[in-house]
Amino acid sequence: MMLLSGDPPRSRVLTLVLVVIILALAATPFLFPGAKALNVAAKICVFAALVASYDLLLGYTGSVSFAHTMFYGIGSYAIAIALYGMGPNWAAVATGIVVGLPLAALLALAIGLFSLRVAAIFFAMITLAVASAFQVLASQLSWLTGGEDGRSFQLPELLRPGTVLVSKSLFGFEINGRILTFYLVFAVSALMILALLRVVNSPFGRVLQAIRENRFRAEALGFRTVFHLTYANCLAALVAAGAGILNALWLRYAGPDTSLSFSIMLDILLMVVIGGMGTIYGAIIGATIFILAQNYLQSLMGVASKAASEAGLPLLPGLLHPDRWLLWLGLLFIASVYFFPTGVVGRLRNGGGHKSAGASH
Amino acid sequence: MTDLLKLSGVHTHIGRYHILQGIDLAAPQGQVTMLLGRNGAGKTTTLRTIMGLWPASSGEITLGGERIESRATPDIAQRGVSYVPESMAVFSDLTVKENLVLAARDGPMDDKQLEWIFGFFPALRRFWLSRAGSLSGGQKQMLSIARAIIEPRKLLLIDEPTKGLAPAIVMALIECLKEIKRKGATILLVEQNFFAARELGDNVLVMDNGTIVHRGEMAALASDVPLQERLLGLSLEAHQ
Amino acid sequence: MTELAATDPLPKPKRDIAPILLPIALALVTIPLIGSPSTWLTLTAASLAMGMMIFIMASGLTLVFGLMDVLNFGHGAFIAVGAYIATLVFAPFAASVQADSLWVNLAVLAPAALLSMAVSGALGLVVERVLILPVYGQHLKQILMTTGGLIVAEQTLYALWGPQIIPMPLPTSLRGSFILGDVAIAKYRVLATLIGLAVFIAIQLVLNRTKLGLLIRAGVENREMVEALGYRIRRLFLGVFMTGSALAGLGGVMWALYREQVHASMSDELTVLIFVVVIIGGLGSIGGCFIGAILVALVANYGGFLVPKLALVSNILLMVAILMWRPRGLYAVTSR
Ligand SMILES: Nc1ncnc2c1ncn2[C@@H]1O[C@H](COP(=O)(O)OP(=O)(O)OP(=O)(O)O)[C@@H](O)[C@H]1O
Ligand SMILES: [Mg+2]
Repeated sequence: MMLLSGDPPRSRVLTLVLVVIILALAATPFLFPGAKALNVAAKICVFAALVASYDLLLGYTGSVSFAHTMFYGIGSYAIAIALYGMGPNWAAVATGIVVGLPLAALLALAIGLFSLRVAAIFFAMITLAVASAFQVLASQLSWLTGGEDGRSFQLPELLRPGTVLVSKSLFGFEINGRILTFYLVFAVSALMILALLRVVNSPFGRVLQAIRENRFRAEALGFRTVFHLTYANCLAALVAAGAGILNALWLRYAGPDTSLSFSIMLDILLMVVIGGMGTIYGAIIGATIFILAQNYLQSLMGVASKAASEAGLPLLPGLLHPDRWLLWLGLLFIASVYFFPTGVVGRLRNGGGHKSAGASH
Repeated sequence: MTDLLKLSGVHTHIGRYHILQGIDLAAPQGQVTMLLGRNGAGKTTTLRTIMGLWPASSGEITLGGERIESRATPDIAQRGVSYVPESMAVFSDLTVKENLVLAARDGPMDDKQLEWIFGFFPALRRFWLSRAGSLSGGQKQMLSIARAIIEPRKLLLIDEPTKGLAPAIVMALIECLKEIKRKGATILLVEQNFFAARELGDNVLVMDNGTIVHRGEMAALASDVPLQERLLGLSLEAHQ
Repeated sequence: MTELAATDPLPKPKRDIAPILLPIALALVTIPLIGSPSTWLTLTAASLAMGMMIFIMASGLTLVFGLMDVLNFGHGAFIAVGAYIATLVFAPFAASVQADSLWVNLAVLAPAALLSMAVSGALGLVVERVLILPVYGQHLKQILMTTGGLIVAEQTLYALWGPQIIPMPLPTSLRGSFILGDVAIAKYRVLATLIGLAVFIAIQLVLNRTKLGLLIRAGVENREMVEALGYRIRRLFLGVFMTGSALAGLGGVMWALYREQVHASMSDELTVLIFVVVIIGGLGSIGGCFIGAILVALVANYGGFLVPKLALVSNILLMVAILMWRPRGLYAVTSR
């Protein structure tokens, strides 16, 4: 309870699902052999934290930012550039963290201060424009970022797959540097999510919700909404950069496609909406569903597409082609905003009731 | 005397806030009904609810016997209701003329009606082709009222028209509203200026905390100073 | 009475001309920086053409924003759809496109543009009814729904046309340049500028000379009051939305011809540009949108020539600078 900051899942099914997800993630190295399963599990951890940080903005303050991948990218690139430039040692890891996190927070602060001056309705558009400029910048400054190719790097000795920590003869499992890295990712993600849970359940988090409900009312009550929103933005940016660091460490690579592209932004949006906005727990569910689907559903679509083309059906092969999986996701997205605005978590908490979250009118 | 407008048991929520908490009121045909009350009592919300700008969450609103509480704002307006909001809401990017062109939705403006309006508010003629945004506050108020009466309407909802006006203009405004009443319109008027209220009102309703706390004849309230003080606070006499 | 005497002169309506002077000043300042007058003229002409195309695409969006406070993040889809539809007309009439006769070329171009506008406009109808109406008045959901719509539209285009870039050659008579002394100005740019100007003038005439236009302008400023005067603004809005979508489609065709290629990702690239223009201009202001589009294009072209590296972020710098000066854009016409 302490750990969850007094905000338990509040639904038996939800608790069960969360426990299963977390146990499965924790036990992945032992339960599901093979690199793919471990990759998927690590990605779920990273994205759960990233999406939770986005939920702080979208779900708790109601502001839509399209710059979240920018912060994620800053974290990824900071660690990648440091390890690439300074060699695979812990000093480089520390440098990446010490540079990446403040940079993300400062940029978030700058955006926040800037949007102070301008009409609130511009916020989403401004973040989109800034993020796209940043993306262009990152691909153009290739001496620093490696351009379109990105930066591959080596991890410090301890975290390499070749480093055997506990040999197979002891428990029947080999625990190597790769598995250690996985648990590092797992633990840091979990810590960040718990920290976010604490933030949203603090008095500060309740002010954020008051602002989301009615900004003018909150202002009238004497809250400095701008301060709160900017602070939330910085926090979210910090966690996003943290997730970016984990992502780069896991992949041993940072590049535009894995850490900056607009499609990651869309993925985040989808995950947060599917999981349930304004719940933090939704991030874990959304990330799990989405990434499992991304990794396993696509192959299913390939099979279906082939079957459809063999059956000579028109159009269907093209629509079911694995590359078109975003199409179905987009439709799912619209449908969930429309029919299912509280996401999985909202549904489970309301016992499948039809209470809509659109009470903002 | 039939009631043109009747509200019974009207509740209005804005977001999660319960603002109107069961309003019963009637505006008798051809009379001026004053709606008084402290700041934040819910007067503006009442007018906006009648106009359909905030949806009533429960209760009944009838206009000439017809239920209107679930109708859209344009439908309500087309049934002969015009609204002068507290903020005046003139279209500042449009000229005075263009503001009135839009207000005359049934066709071209009637010249006689226009002359009649110019009689009360000569400034409108003078600034006919100026942007409404460049008018002074009082002139905007005149334009806002002119918009409401450029075509004959059954019911006028007017929110604090004298706010910020010079005494001379207030007098002209009072004359104008009396004249509108003589022409047969029904008026529901929110007013903080007790002098204006006394001059114009036939009936009076006093609101507090989203309910009606007093109803009666204006004359009775005007002559009962202790009642005024109890209902409206001490500030009102000072308002004159 | 404190009225003015009838003989007093009318107070002159104050016209806010600083924004209009801005692009002019920018153009003049760069003359010495660029050095060669002919290069400057070419760059300026290129900017005008680019600006006009962006204006055509952005005009509908700014009105939709201003009028109904609707954030449409899927506006870019209409651009791409317009461009793809035009390829449907171009492909079967490739011979007429290649023919070296302006009239034969136009006989393909005009129907292609009209068809694109019709399809984009019709798509606008669907989008408004399906994606925007259900979440009316809720910004967060509008952004989410229309972003979802953009993904679906893009992916559908990929599914139907394939992921490859489709070439869209300029008709023969529009290739080449007008040569005036040592200045070369591409013919197509002249055409694009003329079309953009025509659209601008047409919109201005409608907005200023018709009751419909008055309603739109009034609605941009205060939607509630327009409704309280008895006008059904939803219908008006649907009309504006469809017109805006159709114009985006037209802009898409023009942009595709300018780039001589079509790809669904053009909507992403242009969406950012259009947002910058709409923000710079001020939500709901057609005049601001027009100036904003020209400014963006000028900065992109001059910047690309003078400091190529900086050109990448020139839009953002421009946007920041303008918003520091005027936080609600060049012309703040909405009351929000
Ligand atoms: N948009 C809104 N959101 C939340 N609360 C509102 C909103 N508009 C009004 N209220 C609240 O409703 C209550 C009634 O407001 P209303 O404007 O009707 O009062 P009023 O009687 O017109 O006051 P005044 O004399 O100051 O004009 C107030 O407490 C106000 O804070
Ligand atoms: Mg009021």
